[in-house]
Amino acid sequence: MRGGVALRVIAACAALAALPLVVRTPSYLDVLIYCGIYSVVTTGLCLLTGYAGQVSLGQAAFYGLGAYASAILTTKAGLPGGLALVLGLVVTAAAAYLIGIPILKLRGHYLAMATLAFGILMYLAFVEFRDLTGGPSGIPGIPALSLFGVRFDTDLKRYYLTTGAALLTLVVARNVIDSRIGRALRALHGSEIAAETLGVDTTRAKLQVFALSAAMASLGGSLYAHHLGLVSPPAFGFVVSVEFLVMAAVGGLASIWGAPFGAAGITILSEGIRRLMPLLLSGASGEHEVIAYGIILVLIMIFMPEGLVAGVGAAIRAGRRAGAASRG
Amino acid sequence: MVDQLLQLSLSGLATGSIYALIALGFVTIYNVTGIINFAQGEFAMLGAMVLIALGPLGLPLPLTIAAAVGLVTLVGAGMERLTIHPARRASTVTLIIITIGVDIALRGLGLLLWGTDPYPIAPFTPGPPVRVGAAVITRQGLWILGTTAALLVVLWLFFMYSYRGKVLRACAINPLSARLSGIRPDRMSLVAFSLSAGLGAIGGIVMAPVTLASYDMGLSLGLRGFVAAIMGGLTNPAGAVVGALLLAVLENIAAGVFRAAYKEAVAFLVLFLILLVRPQGIFGPGGAGRGGL
Repeated sequence: MRGGVALRVIAACAALAALPLVVRTPSYLDVLIYCGIYSVVTTGLCLLTGYAGQVSLGQAAFYGLGAYASAILTTKAGLPGGLALVLGLVVTAAAAYLIGIPILKLRGHYLAMATLAFGILMYLAFVEFRDLTGGPSGIPGIPALSLFGVRFDTDLKRYYLTTGAALLTLVVARNVIDSRIGRALRALHGSEIAAETLGVDTTRAKLQVFALSAAMASLGGSLYAHHLGLVSPPAFGFVVSVEFLVMAAVGGLASIWGAPFGAAGITILSEGIRRLMPLLLSGASGEHEVIAYGIILVLIMIFMPEGLVAGVGAAIRAGRRAGAASRG
Repeated sequence: MVDQLLQLSLSGLATGSIYALIALGFVTIYNVTGIINFAQGEFAMLGAMVLIALGPLGLPLPLTIAAAVGLVTLVGAGMERLTIHPARRASTVTLIIITIGVDIALRGLGLLLWGTDPYPIAPFTPGPPVRVGAAVITRQGLWILGTTAALLVVLWLFFMYSYRGKVLRACAINPLSARLSGIRPDRMSLVAFSLSAGLGAIGGIVMAPVTLASYDMGLSLGLRGFVAAIMGGLTNPAGAVVGALLLAVLENIAAGVFRAAYKEAVAFLVLFLILLVRPQGIFGPGGAGRGGL
């Protein structure tokens, strides 16, 4: 079984590495870059929701903190991109830790509500602190990221960068789940009281995961800032937070493997609708796309309530059974 | 200064009444089903927009309003039957994502049918504003306050004395024992969604003459209603109403005394502080946050 998993991982990596050979249209490559960026953020959210059982409605705030840290530190302070990225990560994780201390002592919906409020306050801060953030028009002219002597100045290079970051976050998440914290989290997801009786410091475990998920969002934000070269407030609003949660849920909250599929699924879906709708329906416009997106989202959740990964897996197994039955 | 505060509070109360109607929709659905309905604000948008769409028929205003509210109630019922009911065994997060999908689709529908332009609606009764002490309130403001007050009385009677209202309360208190007494919680979910849709529609309709009606008015209204519901503890209808009024008055004072840009910040700062200091809401006995989400 172990060997099977390793083989699948190698096959997946090879497929991802070879993807740009097939996808040559620049705008498609752009979509793939966003799949990687969103996958980084969604992995953190899956860890928080699927394993710690907490929902964040303000993940875009942490995403924005990372993006603005990279933008401000590289354009205004002239720091190298790599250093700015790490500083952003540390600041964001610390911010999450600090607001998590009072909030995570509570149970149930509170983290969702507090992160909702935090997210909107951060969005307003991005708009209002003009001197630092450039106000509504944001910060343009963010240079390409350079890491270890490699300058990520083309879409192809950035594709490998963001895809690599997405895989790296998955590996980190995987290791966290297999660690002491991960076991503590699974215990507290099952029963918080039982976990506490067994000596698990549930508050601390939740705090650490919350900070980690914020750090992952920050990493995604930095990658976004360096890819687009521009940060402005609408990219970090409440709607974006909801979108991240949608990606996590569509991929499936039961495992972190849902994250990349949810992120890619939603990104490709909204892009696909934008390209396909005018072909399917003559005279289709932006409004039709929005409606189709909403309806497809509802249909996915009705027919695959456990998310794409579990839903497609079940469909494949059912297909195999049907195939075996017809052969036998 | 005192006069100014009085004026700001008075106009805040009118806005707060609208938030209250939306917040009550959140509380009703949450109590019965445990779902936070993100499409709640769109019912207000649909109410106002359908009223405008029915305008050319030339019916008397009360009849047009009744028709608009009825149609939106049907939309709420349709939403429950088509999207929530088929997935009723799924987890709460899944159901909440479904309401987000419905929210997106309804807003898209509004955009498709009515475009991006805001529409004006004439006040229900024309005339100059009315003086209240040192402050003034528009006639439409009086309509808003009056409608909300009347609705609150009707809702209170409904929940306390009617059979259906008692059944809804039973589902909220204990779905399992409600089921054992022969109540079908899934049917009550239909009632809750229809009721919330109707309430939202009325809110949108009485508000539209003050703020104009546009396809995207639902998002910020829904968010305000949600904050108000949380302030009240999410399960407590009376708390939600007080939360809504308090929120709107605070917003108005912040915008009037400081800057308009702080209006929004105040709402969420208040929410954040309330969660830190009194997480069960201002009035809640600790019923909120029953898990899920």
